Amino acid sequence: MVQFTFWDILRNLLLAAQWTVLLSLIAFVGGAVVGLIVCVARISKNPGPRWAARIYIEVLQGTPLLMQLFLCFFGLSLIGLNVPPLAAAAIALTLYTSAFLGEIWRGCVEAISKGQWEASASLALTYPEQMRYVILPQALRIAVAPTVGFAVQVVKGTALASIIGFVELTKAGTMINNATFQSFLVYGLVALLYFALCFPLSLLSRRLERRLNVARAS
Amino acid sequence: MSLVRLDGVEKRFGDLHVLKGIDLKVEAGQVVAIIGKSGSGKSTLLGCINGLESHDDGRITVDGKVVSEDARSLRELRQTVGMVFQQFNLFPHLSAGRNVMLAPMVVHKAQGQASEALARDCLAKVGLAEKFDTYPDKLSGGQQQRVAIARTLAMQPKIILCDEITSALDPELVAEVLKVVKALADQGMTLIMVTHEMAFAREVADLLVFMHQGRVHEVGAPAVLFDAPQTPELCQFLGAVL
Amino acid sequence: MNYTFHFADVFAYGDLLLRGLWLTILLSAVSTVLGLIVGIAGALGRNSEIAPVRWLAGAYVELIRNTPFIVQLFFLYFGLAQMGLKMTAGQAALLAMVVNLGAYATEIVRAGIEAISKGQWEAGLSLAMTRWQVFRHVVLLPALEKIYPALTSQFIIVMLGSSVVSQISAEELTFAGNFIQSRNFRSFEVYFVITGLYLLLSLGFRQVFRLIGKRVFGKG
Repeated sequence: MVQFTFWDILRNLLLAAQWTVLLSLIAFVGGAVVGLIVCVARISKNPGPRWAARIYIEVLQGTPLLMQLFLCFFGLSLIGLNVPPLAAAAIALTLYTSAFLGEIWRGCVEAISKGQWEASASLALTYPEQMRYVILPQALRIAVAPTVGFAVQVVKGTALASIIGFVELTKAGTMINNATFQSFLVYGLVALLYFALCFPLSLLSRRLERRLNVARAS
Repeated sequence: MSLVRLDGVEKRFGDLHVLKGIDLKVEAGQVVAIIGKSGSGKSTLLGCINGLESHDDGRITVDGKVVSEDARSLRELRQTVGMVFQQFNLFPHLSAGRNVMLAPMVVHKAQGQASEALARDCLAKVGLAEKFDTYPDKLSGGQQQRVAIARTLAMQPKIILCDEITSALDPELVAEVLKVVKALADQGMTLIMVTHEMAFAREVADLLVFMHQGRVHEVGAPAVLFDAPQTPELCQFLGAVL
Repeated sequence: MNYTFHFADVFAYGDLLLRGLWLTILLSAVSTVLGLIVGIAGALGRNSEIAPVRWLAGAYVELIRNTPFIVQLFFLYFGLAQMGLKMTAGQAALLAMVVNLGAYATEIVRAGIEAISKGQWEAGLSLAMTRWQVFRHVVLLPALEKIYPALTSQFIIVMLGSSVVSQISAEELTFAGNFIQSRNFRSFEVYFVITGLYLLLSLGFRQVFRLIGKRVFGKG
């Protein structure tokens, strides 16, 4: 058995946490881009894209993230691509994130009152112009807080990448645990590191939401 | 001995001095109407009498007992003092009958059958016997307020506080509620009501209290105060509302 | 791509799948009930007049909501075992799900309680009820009704999250899948079927919750 000091454990976990951060960033940015498309499709006037987006969201929100990871991981290798776990995890998490962000943003767009649509339409704005100049600027303001809040879910979601063998924070914890058998300490530290990543995001989201509520009340 | 007695009652909300030494005596069977501008402390005064608001100074005695902040004595107090609210505050998840039955069952531990009989009786008193199984959202405002009165009656209080109970009603629904209140007064119930219905106050009240800036500004028989107000503030107030 | 799908190889293990499915349903149902109870208690704790109780409830909510479920599971199963508290995989899985759902339910229930108007409390107190009686008879049900949609979404999230407990060998649906694919090497087909089953479960659970909601909150 290898001897690990407390500092060895912490240092190794911190190193692995960088991968958690990287995977989170990829998934969040990728998810935002795809999510925007999902959102646009979801509020489209055309029933085709609207239904496609609806089913996409339904499936991704109605199945476990772990299954999505497995299907990406094993499915991609089926079609002959030998994908590294990072790529499979990034793809699965991107899809997962896009479904949730798409749905969150749809809610924000629909929260804008009908009067705003009517007023901008009566000023002879086209649909894209209404979106660009009237609806989106308002929707964006209310979207910031829940979007930041969902970033917490993304960071936590990356922990599942450990199951398909990607060495991020949780996987590193499992490996160190297997070498040291100090489960309480190791998993306690892993939890604290996730907390250190997520809690500031949660606080920020809450503060943004409160500020928005104050701004709206006045 | 007076049923309700306030001596030098003071109340502050932070910097706001809402009640500045209130003295008032209410005898059993008396109907007291409290009038005044909004913000003059009328509703706060009612809240102090049944302990929904704590008071900072002075003494309130109800039925011989001093009102304190102790939870047990507050519950005893509230079995003596009922309250009807401006916004009705019926419990939306319970039918009218269940609204009336709840407190007898929970507080008095009454049996289901006994409290149902009591509830039917109380609803009949406010003219809503047939609405026992109707939910509040299916009742008009006037009916809701009458259920709220029945709910208070079921606790068999000695005093009922009415906090602007017709202010949230459409004008055509005011009369049915006032009729119920008048009947209670005729049966000898002690009533303390904050109201904007001047004609009703004149007709039913034994004592009229005009509050102004946290003080009892003028007090006396309704006929005297309405016909010969002594202070310019009351003159101005009556001029504005009548 | 010249791969032939072999779904028949998956359904050959039908009874295993059914057993796993049943355990997933059982775990989810039990943790839903217990998690809701924890949530109500937690919400009361968050509103307690005793400051340490408030802090404790707050710390619980923040710790759970800001760490991954799988880490909570490992901590409870492996970490507590190291401290001498040994549980079976099934017990640890249930405990982790209840603890997790309880934290989210705490915040949801709290929001529901805050949404009940002050007048309801005043009316109840004026009828000589204790604060607890007002909460129990007047506030709780309308509060739950207001947050019922959020609550059911959270229940379904926890049900889907339960696939992770396969990692400590609790023998639910995903575990059955892991087992089958270790025998027939048809990973994609196996997980495709399992995913479909989860989708059916979430649709089914939503219907069940809708019916329960109608029963509990329906008037008259």
